Amino acid sequence: MQAPAPSSFADISDVIAIFVLLTEFAMFRAPLLRSQLKLYAVQSLLVTVLAGFLATSHHISELYLLGAASFLLKVLAVPYVLTRFLERTEMSLVTGPSLGAASMTLIAIATSAFGFFTMDATKVGSTVLPTTALAISIAIVLVAFLLAIMRSDVVSQAIGFLSLENGVSIASLVVASGLPLIIDVAFLFDLLVAAVVFGLLMKAHHVRAKTLSTANLDRLKG
Amino acid sequence: MAIATTMVILAVIPLIVSVVSWFSVDRFAKFITIAAGVLSFVLAVILIPAVSKDGSASAGAFLFVDSLSMVFLIPISFLYAATSIFTAGYLHRPSSNVGAEYNKHFYAGINLFCWAMIVALMVNGLALVWVAVEVTTVVSALLVAIDGTDGATEAAWKYLLLASLGLGIALIATIFIYYAGSHVFGSSYSFSFTNLLAGSSKFPRQVVRLSFVLSVIGYGTKVGFFPVHTWLPDAHSEAPTPVSALLSGSLLSVSFYAILRFFQVAEQSVGKAFPRDVLLAFGLASLFIAALYLISQRDIKRLLAYSSIEHMGILAIGMSFAAPIAIFGVLLHVMSHALAKGGAFFGAGSLVRKFQTKDMARIRGGIGLLPLTGPMFMLSVLALSAMPPFGIFRSEFLIVMGGLQSQSDIAAVTLVVLVTLAFLGITYLATYTLIGPTTGTARNLTVGEPSYFIAAAAALCLLGLIVLGTHPPGELVTLINHAAMELEV
Repeated sequence: MQAPAPSSFADISDVIAIFVLLTEFAMFRAPLLRSQLKLYAVQSLLVTVLAGFLATSHHISELYLLGAASFLLKVLAVPYVLTRFLERTEMSLVTGPSLGAASMTLIAIATSAFGFFTMDATKVGSTVLPTTALAISIAIVLVAFLLAIMRSDVVSQAIGFLSLENGVSIASLVVASGLPLIIDVAFLFDLLVAAVVFGLLMKAHHVRAKTLSTANLDRLKG
Repeated sequence: MAIATTMVILAVIPLIVSVVSWFSVDRFAKFITIAAGVLSFVLAVILIPAVSKDGSASAGAFLFVDSLSMVFLIPISFLYAATSIFTAGYLHRPSSNVGAEYNKHFYAGINLFCWAMIVALMVNGLALVWVAVEVTTVVSALLVAIDGTDGATEAAWKYLLLASLGLGIALIATIFIYYAGSHVFGSSYSFSFTNLLAGSSKFPRQVVRLSFVLSVIGYGTKVGFFPVHTWLPDAHSEAPTPVSALLSGSLLSVSFYAILRFFQVAEQSVGKAFPRDVLLAFGLASLFIAALYLISQRDIKRLLAYSSIEHMGILAIGMSFAAPIAIFGVLLHVMSHALAKGGAFFGAGSLVRKFQTKDMARIRGGIGLLPLTGPMFMLSVLALSAMPPFGIFRSEFLIVMGGLQSQSDIAAVTLVVLVTLAFLGITYLATYTLIGPTTGTARNLTVGEPSYFIAAAAALCLLGLIVLGTHPPGELVTLINHAAMELEV
């Protein structure tokens, strides 16, 4: 990958992207569903901060609006709704493979390293945009996939999707901040609708199966 | 009527009808849903001459149709009309305790789902297509779950999760294309199709390659490409039959349309070979898996679901042949498949209603018990198996011919072998359910159709298939030719 022009924009984007990746790691190994949700809120806040920073440094006033919308939706609304949902169910522990925290973290590190270096190997770098942050965002997406794949309860799987979207948001902010605002708002609206539908189906699953575990979702085969 | 007005009406009518259905009484909802379906098809047909003449039409900054989107819009609005008629019969259940509330919500959902698909084909730009396709996912996931059974809840969850994760990948693909464009247009530019295609020959190739592969995997999750197809048989079999018909006949092609938009950019940027090879690999794998599963199915709706994977594989393989005739075949196949799959699901829905089971081991003698939809189901299955005089015969014939013309002999022969295998599976199983003496409790069933709406919907699809197979209208052929040219650089 070509080295980006050294600038505070690239540095700060990279640092925020790394923090988002760290929250993704923490989410992946969090033992409590509630703590996963808190971490998701923190992660979304970091994405909002990046949007705000870009708005200031690039003088794109629309990004303030996007940041505000993203704050209301991803930091407040979605975590609140999901926390209320958890309060009504009796399950609080994440279910998943019987791997220790250390093994989980190692798997996440290996996966994110794979994502980071693969992006590097594809040589899609740019001289004007912070492509390191782009590679980190791919690592975030891959760990989000791990979260959705390795955890076997509906809340973790939904969080996997939502945090994947945070990873994509990072990528979108650093390499496509010029996307028209209307499209960004449409993305956010979509996320809101998706979160509501995820919630509805989680509720339907809980009503029928009396658990949040996906262990019994194995009837349909062939 | 001005073209822009026609487009706007087409893009809002289903949405308005969806809202009205939700708040009205179920009889009125039935009536306006059928009216909206038929009107949408008529409006789409009205757009054909203008688009053929000027190459494209737009309304404001966001609505845009060209020959390629029209080729998808026609069958999808047709299936909207046919499905709304079928739904009237499907929801007519005198002995059931399902209430008027359910019916109203069902009609609202069907309209909203069709609205999202129509809009996905009419918006201008890859980002907006993504937004609309994501809306189709969430709406259809709710429709899959609407019956609230264990199977439906499981299928809906798997579908929502897998399709959303897949679309996450498609979103990365979209952002990469925008990023590729920024090398030519600067950091802020219009993401419309025309603008993007104008500069795509200068996009950095590596970024476009990466983006194309990601788009095929991402949208491929919704198309049903192997190995990301696993949600598809579950959702198709557990969903209410009108939803299955729309999922299979319309939704898969809408996602395929999204891939074709990436294909256009990729072809201009990195040349013909790369995107074609990627599609060939996914197409062959999907067709192979589908052919194997088709032989061993017991569930009648899963059988049709695997047939959808088969046909999506055929589309991908057809796109990989570098011959204009194959591309024409692919686009005709999109139309024919929508109609054939609609007809087949309508027939299957009638059989399931009569026998109260989806298990083919317990469905026998359907042709005697259902004097109209029984034979029509058989004809739809034969149409799906590419028998003349139906549209799929013509389209598959053109695809294979294109394969031979473009020196892709091995791929063309593999296609024929696998399609034949699938043909054996699907026709054997369908014949088994229709012909042969009824057994067990089925002996007590009376002869007769559950609803004439169901028969009318299936008949419409068959009629369309015969027209496409024997004498496709000149305007339509011109449109498909133009669309094929858009895909050929």
